[in-house]
Amino acid sequence: MSTPVITRSTRASRMAAAVAAFAAVVLIAAPWWGSSASLRLIGEMMIYIALGSLWNLLAGYAGLVSVGQQAYVGLGVYITVMVSVLLGVHPFFAIPLAGGLAALISIPVAMLAFRLQGAYFAIGTWVVAEVFRLIAAQLGSSVGLGGGSGISIPTAMMQMIAPGKFWRDASIYWLLLLLGLGALALVYGLLRSRVGLALTAIRDSEVASASLGVDIRRIKYAVYVAAAGMTGIAGALIALQKIRVSPDAAFSVNDWTAIVIFIVVIGGIGTIEGPVIGTMIYFLLREYLADLGSTYLMILGALAIAVMLVAPQGVWGFVKQRFGLSLFPTGYRVSSLDPSADTGEDVSALPPAATTRSY
Amino acid sequence: MIWVNSVVQGILVGGLYALFAAGLSLIFGVMRLVNIAHGDMIVGAAYLAWTIVHVTGLNPLASLVVVVPLAMVFGYGLQAGILNRTLGKDILPPLLVTFGLSVIIQNGLLALYTADNRKLDAGTLETASYPVMPGVDIGYLPMLQLLTAVAVIAGLQYIFYHSQLGRAFRATSDDAETAALMGLDRRRVFASAMALCLGVVAIAGVFLGVRASFDPAIGPGRLIFGFEAVIIGGLGNLWGTLAGGIILGVAQGIGAQLNPGAQVLAGHLTFLLVLALRPTGLFPRMSG
Repeated sequence: MSTPVITRSTRASRMAAAVAAFAAVVLIAAPWWGSSASLRLIGEMMIYIALGSLWNLLAGYAGLVSVGQQAYVGLGVYITVMVSVLLGVHPFFAIPLAGGLAALISIPVAMLAFRLQGAYFAIGTWVVAEVFRLIAAQLGSSVGLGGGSGISIPTAMMQMIAPGKFWRDASIYWLLLLLGLGALALVYGLLRSRVGLALTAIRDSEVASASLGVDIRRIKYAVYVAAAGMTGIAGALIALQKIRVSPDAAFSVNDWTAIVIFIVVIGGIGTIEGPVIGTMIYFLLREYLADLGSTYLMILGALAIAVMLVAPQGVWGFVKQRFGLSLFPTGYRVSSLDPSADTGEDVSALPPAATTRSY
Repeated sequence: MIWVNSVVQGILVGGLYALFAAGLSLIFGVMRLVNIAHGDMIVGAAYLAWTIVHVTGLNPLASLVVVVPLAMVFGYGLQAGILNRTLGKDILPPLLVTFGLSVIIQNGLLALYTADNRKLDAGTLETASYPVMPGVDIGYLPMLQLLTAVAVIAGLQYIFYHSQLGRAFRATSDDAETAALMGLDRRRVFASAMALCLGVVAIAGVFLGVRASFDPAIGPGRLIFGFEAVIIGGLGNLWGTLAGGIILGVAQGIGAQLNPGAQVLAGHLTFLLVLALRPTGLFPRMSG
């Protein structure tokens, strides 16, 4: 009888970590091997990986189905424009400011929106985003931010980032890369921590977790505010990438929420890998179907509905269930030192009755 | 006098918002479902009426004879074919499926009818009005709209509390499992509720199209107005929903008078104010 060993990693996850490290190096070097267009494309994918991971954290783990995350994207965008147009300081200063202010503003928003349950919470967050959009359009014109038709970040401000086009594009690209990988790291770290344990408990049973001393309200607030802050940072980087901004684009429910929801649902809601897979599928579809115009969004919507009805766990959830694969393991695995007895099963994939965890 | 007029016009528009909201309120009451595509269905009904008017030359209000039954059949089929499969403890599937539906309807309308503005022409009824006092005229059409809203709410109220179908609605809403044990087929009850909801949606769509021009993108805005009316009035209370619609209409009217660009914003802020002060709405009957 061998002593059982408790590990968190699996062979798949160790391989995934190696592949991810290699991919990270390739991606960091992209300004030297990729064209300006491919930098933009990868950058855009990073935005969706970040927004997808954050929405997944809210909806897939904390049970907060928000249709209003565009509120914080738009806030981040407008804070960046404000910093560069009105204050005239280095645009990078806007990034932490956007994150901090979005997090700060999300606190009173949460106080209001948390009064609504379930689907009504979803529409409530949407109303808040609409309020922000209308204020941006109304006040924008009176304080010199362009009003409804939008405004561009001045060239002089963009040149503060780097005088040459190569380094400017590369800097913004690296920041976007950092955003995508950072959001993944944030979600992964959070889920492996005590907060993640509490979130899983809340997802499985709110009543039972509350009785075990999980402060549900506090956890939900913390997750909502953290997601808002990170979404604000994403907004700041979106402004730097797009340069020209308008209230309708910055607070777009289609671009920053509908597509993000489809990405997460198709990729696999409630899994860390899901948003990454979903982003890849989305960009692949976009590459081939974007010419179809409005039909392409109909196909995307129909695909999301089909996934929700037929395989609600999404592409990655299916892979995980079928092959027991987990590239970012958050659970614990019990295995024996005797290699022949190592079934390689992820404990978190077993039904609850078979799982004995002690923490 | 300007202010009296904005309040009066706001009350009249409130009837339209109540029509947007009545279907949402009914569906939530029966099956706790929030249909994100509700606003897009209202716009879809307006396009259906536009097509019928275009082809037959009927008056838009007369087209209701065709639009309402078609919408009801669509609603029954939608619930029986798709939405029933999403209902359960988890709120995510119905929300995401109706969200996908919303995007499909919007882009489908865009592909079929382009992004051009359309309008339903109801002839002289649109401009006729009755002067109640200097500076305040009540248009026949807005009045008809408000009276229709009152009639629709009264009708739904009657069905809900005095008919066999309503008894099935209430029983399923209170305790779906026990209702099923008593021989009620939950799926058919839900499909009937959705059919009824789409009937109201059709009426709302025609009035929307007669009142102002519409395009495929305005659905989500109508959903939000309806949703605000439901929450302001209080969940599960149909007369409350009418009151909520009127409060929203008046708030928007006053907002528009203050600053033409602030009309919608004033409505949203009023909603948030109600949410802050009375989270369950003004006249709640049930909890969310």
